[in-house]
Amino acid sequence: MSSDLAGRHNATPVLAIEGLHAGYGRVEVLRGIDLVVGAGEVVTLIGANGAGKSTLLKAIVGLVHPSGGTVRLRGEDITRIRPEQAVRRGVALVPEGRLLFGPMTVRENLDLGAQSRRLSAEALRADVERVFELFPVLSERAAQSAETLSGGEQQMLAVGRALMADPALLLLDEPSLGLAPKVIAEIFSALDTLRASGLTILLVEQDAKLALRHADRGYVMRTGAVALSGSAADLLADDDVRLIYLGAWHGGGEG
Amino acid sequence: MGTTELLQFALAGLKNGSIYALVALGFTLVYAATGVINFAQGEFYMLGGMLSVWAYADLGLPLPLAALVGVAATALVGIVFELTAIRQRKDGDPLALIIITVGGSMLLSSLARHLFGPNERALPLFSGGGNVSVAGAVLEVQTIWIVGITAVSVAGLWYLYNRTALGRAMRACAVNRDAARIVGIDTRLMVTVSFVLAATLGALAGLAVTPLTQTAFDVGPSVGIKGFAAAILGGLGNPIAAVVGGLVLGMLESLSIAFISSTYKDAIALIVLLGVLFVRPQGLLGRSGREKV
Ligand SMILES: Nc1ncnc2c1ncn2[C@@H]1O[C@H](COP(=O)(O)OP(=O)(O)O)[C@@H](O)[C@H]1O
Ligand SMILES: [Mg+2]
Repeated sequence: MSSDLAGRHNATPVLAIEGLHAGYGRVEVLRGIDLVVGAGEVVTLIGANGAGKSTLLKAIVGLVHPSGGTVRLRGEDITRIRPEQAVRRGVALVPEGRLLFGPMTVRENLDLGAQSRRLSAEALRADVERVFELFPVLSERAAQSAETLSGGEQQMLAVGRALMADPALLLLDEPSLGLAPKVIAEIFSALDTLRASGLTILLVEQDAKLALRHADRGYVMRTGAVALSGSAADLLADDDVRLIYLGAWHGGGEG
Repeated sequence: MGTTELLQFALAGLKNGSIYALVALGFTLVYAATGVINFAQGEFYMLGGMLSVWAYADLGLPLPLAALVGVAATALVGIVFELTAIRQRKDGDPLALIIITVGGSMLLSSLARHLFGPNERALPLFSGGGNVSVAGAVLEVQTIWIVGITAVSVAGLWYLYNRTALGRAMRACAVNRDAARIVGIDTRLMVTVSFVLAATLGALAGLAVTPLTQTAFDVGPSVGIKGFAAAILGGLGNPIAAVVGGLVLGMLESLSIAFISSTYKDAIALIVLLGVLFVRPQGLLGRSGREKV
């Protein structure tokens, strides 16, 4: 397994991370990450709690400052970019914990998602409608404050808000966390729709099986480093992955 | 005590409460953007008066123009203070920032003393002397100016906050800074804007009150404490609450003079401050804790 699959379109990858180091204060969390996401790919990043998956996403958008290595977006160096600039360049993050604007309405949250673009009121409304098509329940909740939504609806809003930035690369941090299976299915079916439309996605998940089923390729992270990478099919079939990340979490020893 | 006397005290409470409301709004706006109490807020009040006096008496400008210059110059001080002191602390560590604002407060009052001298200075009443009688109570015309300036400022701020893209970005920033940043809001710019607004509101209060009370380089801290108490009383971080807190504090002070003694007037703010912190830390209109989704 190698990451040469990444360049499958023979074009500059949307995201190319090389030797990335980052952490909090003096604590180093990421210890030399290499990761590539090609145009139109859905790549998933799996690994146990505390492996550094969220830190990696934060480092990509600049919420955490990399101390070494490079992050390239379509070939351009964006290492140590400020988050408000990252979204202007086309990187939208659905963060850990969603970070919605709780007291503000669903519509305001979506409008704020387009903060990085200069849209006419009409264009804004059209984009909001597109999000409503993807997540119809949000349209019923448009005037409600975000904090009154159910967990699933909040996650949908977080995804919708990120889409409002019209991203070239969508980063998702554990969209399934704490949600009922039916809601998870709904969200992942929306992700499949986005994937079919050609959006490039980097998906962080703890539920490895779920993530690999919706991805082209995957990386397995362990204590701040990439332990394994390959096509989703290969990873699903890999003995170590099955044992550690699939079996152990699904009652063990399936098939 | 008769109703006329009571009304008289209420009018005084309204006047002082309006001033506290403006100063409290300054605390609230900066707190919303930074999570920090700006202890230099009282100095913006001082500068609003002092710089207007300077423009009027020293530069010889007509009063309306001098007032404009005084407020605009204070707003500029707010920008410079934010850019040179607050923004330089890149990690935004609240304790460090609070200490910076305390230092800024001392620096600004020393500078004012150095530039404008130690004496009290005055402005003429905005529309000459004169009183209006309200159901037997005496209302100074300058009080109408004070309350009017407060009302217009509050309305303007409400519009900005609730009806403009800038205001929406400021509210988003107050809810969660990281969330604001990932949607593309320049939170540093929002901090600067909050300082400009806080300085402008403080300056308007200082300007409006100077014809009645005179002003001096050292008036900042005492008004700062009252504005702070008002902001805490209402519930820090919410503009409406700051206005309510200011008006309630003004009224409480007046009532204390009416029913207890004027000796304790200045202690009321501290009693209110401690009382709120012990009994209802989220303030009158605040939500409990800093809830986040
Ligand atoms: N804000 C933070 N400050 C300090 N340490 C943190 C912070 N966030 C995460 N960490 C630490 O970094 C490591 C990786 O965390 P994280 O990136 O959240 O992992 P994951 O998303 O894979 O569960 C953990 O050891 C965690 O304790
Ligand atoms: Mg995480």
